[in-house]
Amino acid sequence: MKQSLALLLLLAAFAAAPLVASPYLLSVLVVVLYYAYLGQAWNIMMGFAGQLSLGHTLYVGLGAYASAALFVRFGVPAAIGLWAGVLVAMLAGAAVGSLSFRFGLKGVYFALLTIAFAEFTRILFQHLPGLGGTGGLFLPVAERSGVHLLTLRGSPAMFYYVALAMTAGIFLLCRFLLASPIGYRWRALREDQEAAQALGINIFRSKLAAVTLSAGLTALGGVFFAFYYNALFPDQAFGMPRSIEIILGPIVGGLGTLFGPILGAIILTPLGETITWATEALGFKAAGIKQLFYGLSLLAIIKFLPDGVWPRLKRLLRWDADNDDGDGDEGAAR
Amino acid sequence: MIPPLLQVEAVSKRFRGLQAIDGVSFEVANGEIVALIGPNGAGKTTLFNMIAGVFPPDQGRIALGGGDLVGLRPDQVCKAGVGRTFQLVKPFANLSVEDNVVVGALHAVTKVAPARRLAREVLDLVGLAEKRGRPARSLTLPDRKCLEVARALATRPRLLLLDEVMAGLRPAETDRMVGIFQRLNRDAGLTILLIEHVMRAVMALSHRVVVINTGKLVCTGTPAEVVRDPRVLECYLGEDTV
Ligand SMILES: Nc1ncnc2c1ncn2[C@@H]1O[C@H](COP(=O)(O)OP(=O)(O)OP(=O)(O)O)[C@@H](O)[C@H]1O
Ligand SMILES: [Mg+2]
Repeated sequence: MKQSLALLLLLAAFAAAPLVASPYLLSVLVVVLYYAYLGQAWNIMMGFAGQLSLGHTLYVGLGAYASAALFVRFGVPAAIGLWAGVLVAMLAGAAVGSLSFRFGLKGVYFALLTIAFAEFTRILFQHLPGLGGTGGLFLPVAERSGVHLLTLRGSPAMFYYVALAMTAGIFLLCRFLLASPIGYRWRALREDQEAAQALGINIFRSKLAAVTLSAGLTALGGVFFAFYYNALFPDQAFGMPRSIEIILGPIVGGLGTLFGPILGAIILTPLGETITWATEALGFKAAGIKQLFYGLSLLAIIKFLPDGVWPRLKRLLRWDADNDDGDGDEGAAR
Repeated sequence: MIPPLLQVEAVSKRFRGLQAIDGVSFEVANGEIVALIGPNGAGKTTLFNMIAGVFPPDQGRIALGGGDLVGLRPDQVCKAGVGRTFQLVKPFANLSVEDNVVVGALHAVTKVAPARRLAREVLDLVGLAEKRGRPARSLTLPDRKCLEVARALATRPRLLLLDEVMAGLRPAETDRMVGIFQRLNRDAGLTILLIEHVMRAVMALSHRVVVINTGKLVCTGTPAEVVRDPRVLECYLGEDTV
């Protein structure tokens, strides 16, 4: 009850933001929502099913490039191109997953393989003809106002509301998933694979479902990225730093929880922006300052709040009593 | 002729240099409670792991109701109707006690709501009902063993494999557990194969006892026969487990 109310308030606040926010603040909020969305998608794999993907930007990049290429080369509108992006990413996810899980690759080894796939794809896209290579792929922009959802063209406010709808949608989807049988299977295999298997769970199938679904949803984020920024570079789209940025939010916010990825994005993105802004204002150029900040926040979280911010906040707000019916928001860490 | 529910035929298993199981055969009839006993390291858990599909035997045959189990994965063995507990308990630590059992129940029913009802019934049965909201990691070892039993029971197995679930229980708790299994056996016709060192439980519960030592079958018989068998006493000499 209390949770639903808080959620509605949060949603209302976000919905009203464009009325009061400056263009700059709105652009920051878009980034917050974008990372909340991606964090939620990644959380399905790691937080729910316990499979660590460190190369998740692979799916962002595939979704972005597939939909952008279709648009640039054939004029396919985003609303159709996104299906191609999602499909390609799901196939890639299924390939990574079946390859590793078939051979029993677990934990760190699986994580390394996800990095390898992302890096390989990055290098591939640098050399792939027709997609701009290292020079980048640029999307033509005909109109910067109004609302054209089919082509995903329009004002910053439209993009903001699209991001908000995506974030709200994936939150509801994750809540549904956690309460359904597959959510129980995922959490069981996250906690103990052998015990899960002994209880009749086909762990290969369950893990594959997690990777494929997570990849497809992540690709949808990539589509948004492509049409919002209108420029794609292999280094950015498939680069390791992006993968790290995706996973920081859910870890800081609370792995395996529903609110963690949102909270993490709300905390980290503005702080990161502030630090970049502050260093620039002070006049010294420090390229890695944001990464350094992210590294430090990760250290702080692991040291002081290993379960993440949300589980602690929930206890402080005394919302755990609400949680008796197993809505699955108890989190994954320790 | 109805085949026995579980058939273990001339099964062997070698771990590198160690012959852990060496040509063991025995059967468990439908509705029977059989105890598998033997000194530490005799190979009891290894036998369970082969039945449950954790690893295949090097030689021999294992069948459930006439159907071959060898080559099936653990989840397929569970589907075939075998529920098992782990000697080294494996709770889903961050899930609530109830959700642990819901996972098992989702094998028996497909929707979450009926699975939760089934889970609560089972928790009632094993006496964990009032701890159902707690995270499993907060349970004591005896309670964790109980949870292992509850999870396995919730899959609605035909054959239940229990690996030392009564170790560490006080005598009164042991008697309560024995009562639960007797009731399940009598009322639901559940067949049970249990590994147990607690002789109080073995004597009270089992219809028949299978004794193994250093991977070999020593003898089988009723509890009363087995405790009087000189071969059994011999293999326990120097052991204080009895
Ligand atoms: N996976 C394995 N790899 C190598 N050796 C193993 C493995 N599992 C068991 N063993 C060895 O096989 C022998 C039999 O072990 P097992 O666990 O089956 O004994 P047990 O009868 O269950 O003993 P306990 O009463 O102590 O539980 C032991 O010597 C053990 O070290
Ligand atoms: Mg053992």
